Amino acid sequence: MADGAGAARRDLTEPRYSYGGDEFVFVELAENMSLSVNFRAMAITNRLKEEDLSGITDICPSNASYMVRIDPDVLHPDRLIEHLKELDAEVGGIEGFELQTRVVDVPVMMEDPWTHEALMRFRDRHQDPEATDLEYSARINGYGSKDGFVDALMGSPWMVTMIGFVPGLPWCYQLVPPDEQVEVPKYVRPRTFTPKHAFGFGGGFAVVYSVEGAGGYQLYGIAAAPVLDVSQRLKDFRDSIVFPKPGDIFNYRNVGREEFDEITAKVDDGSFEYRTRPFTFEAEKSLADPHAYNREIKEVLYGDQG
Amino acid sequence: MAIRVRKPGLLTTVQDEGRIGDYAIGMPPSGAMDRFSYRVGNYLVGNEDGAAGLELTYFGPELEFTGDTVVALTGAVIPPKLNGEECPVWESFAVKSGDVLTFDYLRDGARSYLSVAGGIDVPEFLGSRSTYTLIGLGGFEGRAVTEGDELPVGKADGPSKAGLKLDEELVPSYGSEAEIRVIVGLASYRLTEEALEQFLSVEWTVTPDANRVGYRFRGGELSFVEREQPAGAGSDPANVVDFGYPVGSIQVPGGVEPIALLNDAVTGGGYATIGTIISPDLDRLAQTKTNDKVRFRSVSLDEALAARRERRERLGEIKASLNGDG
Repeated sequence: MADGAGAARRDLTEPRYSYGGDEFVFVELAENMSLSVNFRAMAITNRLKEEDLSGITDICPSNASYMVRIDPDVLHPDRLIEHLKELDAEVGGIEGFELQTRVVDVPVMMEDPWTHEALMRFRDRHQDPEATDLEYSARINGYGSKDGFVDALMGSPWMVTMIGFVPGLPWCYQLVPPDEQVEVPKYVRPRTFTPKHAFGFGGGFAVVYSVEGAGGYQLYGIAAAPVLDVSQRLKDFRDSIVFPKPGDIFNYRNVGREEFDEITAKVDDGSFEYRTRPFTFEAEKSLADPHAYNREIKEVLYGDQG
Repeated sequence: MAIRVRKPGLLTTVQDEGRIGDYAIGMPPSGAMDRFSYRVGNYLVGNEDGAAGLELTYFGPELEFTGDTVVALTGAVIPPKLNGEECPVWESFAVKSGDVLTFDYLRDGARSYLSVAGGIDVPEFLGSRSTYTLIGLGGFEGRAVTEGDELPVGKADGPSKAGLKLDEELVPSYGSEAEIRVIVGLASYRLTEEALEQFLSVEWTVTPDANRVGYRFRGGELSFVEREQPAGAGSDPANVVDFGYPVGSIQVPGGVEPIALLNDAVTGGGYATIGTIISPDLDRLAQTKTNDKVRFRSVSLDEALAARRERRERLGEIKASLNGDG
């Protein structure tokens, strides 16, 4: 019960309800990140989506909070807040919280030449100019080698806890006990350049940058496939230009150059598809014995591969 | 017909009401930064609400019309000239095939809107024609217009009349100082009481870093309440566990430069936000430019909703009076 009932109770203390101007209601469930608080944000926003209330234009679950955009002429912010408090009480703790979701294999090449080139260009903005981002992160997280650190990142799956910053960028929180969570600072000053598909880490979150641009997360590698496809060319993007969904379970898998090139060739010729499997995620199981549950999750994803 | 771009100006983009409803996938709304001016422009040329126009920034383009139509310029005063002759603003006027529209130097405000009968007829992307240049989607090929572009113009729905004019008393003038109303909240608890007071009393200066993504201000230093940083937030006192940013929210990375996040901004991130500009005043902020002075005033939700109602009613009256004229 490393992150069980105690953590759930702590997250129940007084969410902060706030107006984001006249068109947003912003709800911070907790100041600290935990899986249980993210499950609560998802449970509340999923109910709100099902209700399909008029006057709501956007429902945005995020890591330890959520945000709702409204037309206040149709739905008064105070009326929405009252309703959100009711939903909050209904959802209660995370007891019995289940999520119909999917498990996804996300191939990543660690220490690739492109993010390496980018991170070397911005050493003057980094905490430790003498080390790479990976070496630095491994050291401050108490790993003797960067290989051990990479094994930790690639060894257990992650939950997509928020989408945003730019279209399609997933924030991912690892399904491991709190004492195993990796935590790293963001760059001292943000970079002005980050390669598209870079696999980065900041605070307690792993991300895949969907597009090239500025960024402040530590850079470790690069994903082989896109998370955003504006032209909707690939099969996984037929319904949406964005692949990740809140609640997705991503298993980042370290691939070598050869497999990376095979995947990017498939992306280029339009035949690439993510390996995904449907999955019913049970929050209590995950919190009670994350490692055992993660083995189950990986079995669902890779079991038929022999 | 089309509008041929002979010179692009500083930043000329196709915009409409914006791309609403996709915030949850990280899609900012884009759209006209000053929606009051944009909407009045559509009324003046007899367009349906939501027709796309051009947003002109600071320095106007040079445009040639390939057919006869009616146009109007609203918002900032970037004095327009048709074939070298001065023409009016906040008033519709006729153009003929081959006519060339040029602009003098900016006189007041920052963004001007060119509305054309029938609207700019680029394809919609996720329900909007607005340009979002960061990803390269919407508008004309996902980018600001450039020399040689031919911007297609739609067929006008009804009769458009030259000489329709916004009542002089309703024409805004901007000057170089603005008061912007905000609702304090979000993670404002991260600022010390003195810092919040300071935020609301300092005269802030718009820096050169002021565009469709956001506006940065200088003028004071704001300190954060000391705390042990919570799990997942990162070590800087300005860091929070990454959360959503409302359009118009203000964050203070490092405590030095408040940034107002605007139409093309990132939709979330890990910096403490301290309040949100109310939607009617986003129009006003869009007309401020580098070195202008801005003060932020804290208002209640009721005041914000009243301001919103007032703007809606004013736009309704303008629309009715212009339709009545036609």
